[in-house]
Amino acid sequence: MENTTPAVALRGITKTFGTVVANDHVDLDIRKGEILALLGENGSGKTTLMNMLSGIYYPDEGQIFINGEEVSIQSPKDAFRYGIGMIHQHFKLVDVFTATENIILGLEEKGRLDRAAASAKIREICDTYGFSIDPNRKIYQMSVSQKQTVEIVKALYRGADILILDEPTAVLTPQETEKLFAVLRNMRADGKAIIIITHKLHEVQELSDRVAVLRKGAYIGEMMTKDTNPQEMTNMMVGHQVTLNIRRPDPVDPKPRIEIKGLTVTSPDGVLKLDHVYFDIRAGEILGIAGISGSGQKELLEAIAGLQRVESGQVLYIHDDGRKEELVGRDPLEIQKLGVALSFVPEDRLGMGLVGNMDLSDNMMLRSFRDGRSVFTDRKHPHDLAEKVVEELEVNTPGVSTPVRRLSGGNVQKVLVGREIASAPRVLLTAYAVRGLDINSSYTIYDLLNRQKEEGVAVVYVGEDLDVLLELADRIVVLCGGRVSGIVDGRTADKNEVGMMMTELGGSERIRAKEKES
Amino acid sequence: MHNKPKEALIHMSKRKALTWYQAWGIRLIAIVAALIVCAVITSITTGLNPLEVYATMFAGAFGTKRRIWILGKEVAILLCISLALTPAFRMRFWNLGGEGQILMGALGTAACMIVMGDTMPNAVLIPVCIIAAVFAGAVWALIPALCKARWNTNETLFTLMMNYVATQLVAYFVIVWEVPKGSGKIGIINQSSKAGWLPVIAGNRYLLNILCVAMLTIAMYIYLTYSKHGYEISVVGESVATARYVGIKVGWTIIRTLMLSGAICGFTGYLLVAGTDHTLTTTLAGGQGFTAVMVAWLAKFNPLGMVLSALLLIFLGRGAGEIATAFTLNQSFGDILTGIILFFIIASEFFINYQLHFRGHGHNGPDKGGSSSAPLASGRAPEGETDSANSKEKREDPANV
Repeated sequence: MENTTPAVALRGITKTFGTVVANDHVDLDIRKGEILALLGENGSGKTTLMNMLSGIYYPDEGQIFINGEEVSIQSPKDAFRYGIGMIHQHFKLVDVFTATENIILGLEEKGRLDRAAASAKIREICDTYGFSIDPNRKIYQMSVSQKQTVEIVKALYRGADILILDEPTAVLTPQETEKLFAVLRNMRADGKAIIIITHKLHEVQELSDRVAVLRKGAYIGEMMTKDTNPQEMTNMMVGHQVTLNIRRPDPVDPKPRIEIKGLTVTSPDGVLKLDHVYFDIRAGEILGIAGISGSGQKELLEAIAGLQRVESGQVLYIHDDGRKEELVGRDPLEIQKLGVALSFVPEDRLGMGLVGNMDLSDNMMLRSFRDGRSVFTDRKHPHDLAEKVVEELEVNTPGVSTPVRRLSGGNVQKVLVGREIASAPRVLLTAYAVRGLDINSSYTIYDLLNRQKEEGVAVVYVGEDLDVLLELADRIVVLCGGRVSGIVDGRTADKNEVGMMMTELGGSERIRAKEKES
Repeated sequence: MHNKPKEALIHMSKRKALTWYQAWGIRLIAIVAALIVCAVITSITTGLNPLEVYATMFAGAFGTKRRIWILGKEVAILLCISLALTPAFRMRFWNLGGEGQILMGALGTAACMIVMGDTMPNAVLIPVCIIAAVFAGAVWALIPALCKARWNTNETLFTLMMNYVATQLVAYFVIVWEVPKGSGKIGIINQSSKAGWLPVIAGNRYLLNILCVAMLTIAMYIYLTYSKHGYEISVVGESVATARYVGIKVGWTIIRTLMLSGAICGFTGYLLVAGTDHTLTTTLAGGQGFTAVMVAWLAKFNPLGMVLSALLLIFLGRGAGEIATAFTLNQSFGDILTGIILFFIIASEFFINYQLHFRGHGHNGPDKGGSSSAPLASGRAPEGETDSANSKEKREDPANV
């Protein structure tokens, strides 16, 4: 009897936000010693459901059982009491504190604060599961993957037996992902219940034991990972048949459109962000840009779009007749008029490019509101454009007068990319266009980019998922610490090779050297 | 069998969007509730009949023709200041310098009236005064705006400090122009010639003020809602990064909008000096630069809504004053009532957006919990049940295509 009782059982969980039903009578079991992958499109309510387990939201209806016992989780503190730890997409750490200080922060232990004892306990946890962190290192000195490790250790330190990870691999390199998976497998062996939310199906297959699928807030079904395949999982998530291959048409008459020569950018506090970058962007081609987040991708695109102060170097726009025009030092508006469109999807999705509190048609207006001599804005065209984007990209919204912040992430991104494409650009710069997007929406975006490419637009695609980059891009520029560590052909490049180039300069040479040795 | 977990006593959740009449219904309930609470407090503390007190309050604001005109004048001035603050507030620039900007406008007006009073006809003097007032107010707002645009200084503190500087400047000039010497007061400016005074139209000295502000209200509504500038202001207010990204010049938008804000404050100063008071004192603005902040917030920065919120605040203020004199109560008593009413009105906004669930009255009542927890406690059987249900669904799903 004992081992059949699930670690967590959710029964009839319902949560609504205003008119939006985020979870609709969801039943879900999570067992000890197993990794459960929770799948679903954007806005299907995965994170909301997990937030109710971790005490951030309180369900409107339904019951939660921990080890067969009905509980009421009203705060994150309650969640910890029941052994539930959640690792959020955005880390909740104090930058100027050390790992140890962050881990013990907020714990009300009796007696004196004993940092040394805490550090020892942390080291013990690390040894048990195979983590490698220095407890005395400050958070701001850590890489993204190390910060994530601190979050996981923090949960374990508080005695978590049930661990929830919300898209843990979105910010990791392939090598770091491997390490994380090894640790998670160790924890599974130790009898912990692990829930992982992810959009990457190959990771689901690699790691999980069981898969549960949510769609539009409702529980659709579950199956053993070994009995299913990406096609079936996708169909369940989306609710209808989808094809899982990214199209890659051959480039049409590729010719240089933008030439970047020795571009160097430093941040306001003097940190070198881009260091003598050289490459060209070609019309009719998708140029992928790979790199660990924060390797200078943002600065690069912003420098091209005129939003970033450039230290030295040139960005040359090449007209059809071969005339070259310097973009550095130009006003963003002038660059926009040349046909350079930037759609940058930041971490919070709304921070740049869209205004959350404005409705769809007002957001469409952001690009066009200056048109015409009148002092008043023209509202008809943006309104029509909004309706067109909603229809063509299948944006899921109550209407064009809904504030953008009410839409789910995927739909927000469709609105942003749709607007940029509607401006008929000659150069389309996209960064993280599918960030956190589900498969169906991602494929819509890939398709949009491919159509732009076929129309002769020079497309730049900054991405996080190497698999996608390798399937979509014609050429890939790999950035590492603000420098170009290599330019590879998307059709022939090897994933591991690109992964190495992302982590160290000239990684490809090192691999070749190693190959020679062996 | 197992311990029933303690459910939260109260938990809140976001409401579905309410229709406008439901929202106003909640506001109405809030006002009624406020009046009941005020009535109780009145009876307990003063022993007066609350209905009588309310009647006096109402009479204080609307009782006579003259009182209605004064109410209109005061609403106009307060509304004018609120309109001035609104474009800045929409841009999330917290201009708390209304007082100072009004004083500077008033100072500009008074200077023109005193220095140039006898040198030109009224038809020329009035525009000159207006230009001086608008210019002075705009400059007073421009200084913090420039610093905000250039160095991202904190506008709240900066505009607040500018108020003190303005007060001191006015205090200085009051001594320079004092009449008679040594009195420390300016007295009525151009009392005999009435040079620079706003003309009395249709036999009422407040009507022109009210008409000016009415036109300004409509103009501001159109400017904020339909103009390109208004759109830029909203974008900058919501997200500076987005504004930069679409090529809006953020610094220039801040400067332009604050100059408009200051200019209208300056114009209010003009109305106060040339239209109603005909004198200059350091307390001319009388704290209305701050009351206007509340007016603007209550109306959620909608110029048309501000007509209502300004009316409400002035009504409460005048009514409170009246009950203080009529019942020989302390002035503070009126303020207590005003405070209670405002508290209920502001709190009603919470109930428009959220609803509360109380323990035992929610949807997750104890009876329902009992029935569905039973299968889990009995162990294996139900699990198989769910599994089969799931796999059935799983099979069905792709077939749905």
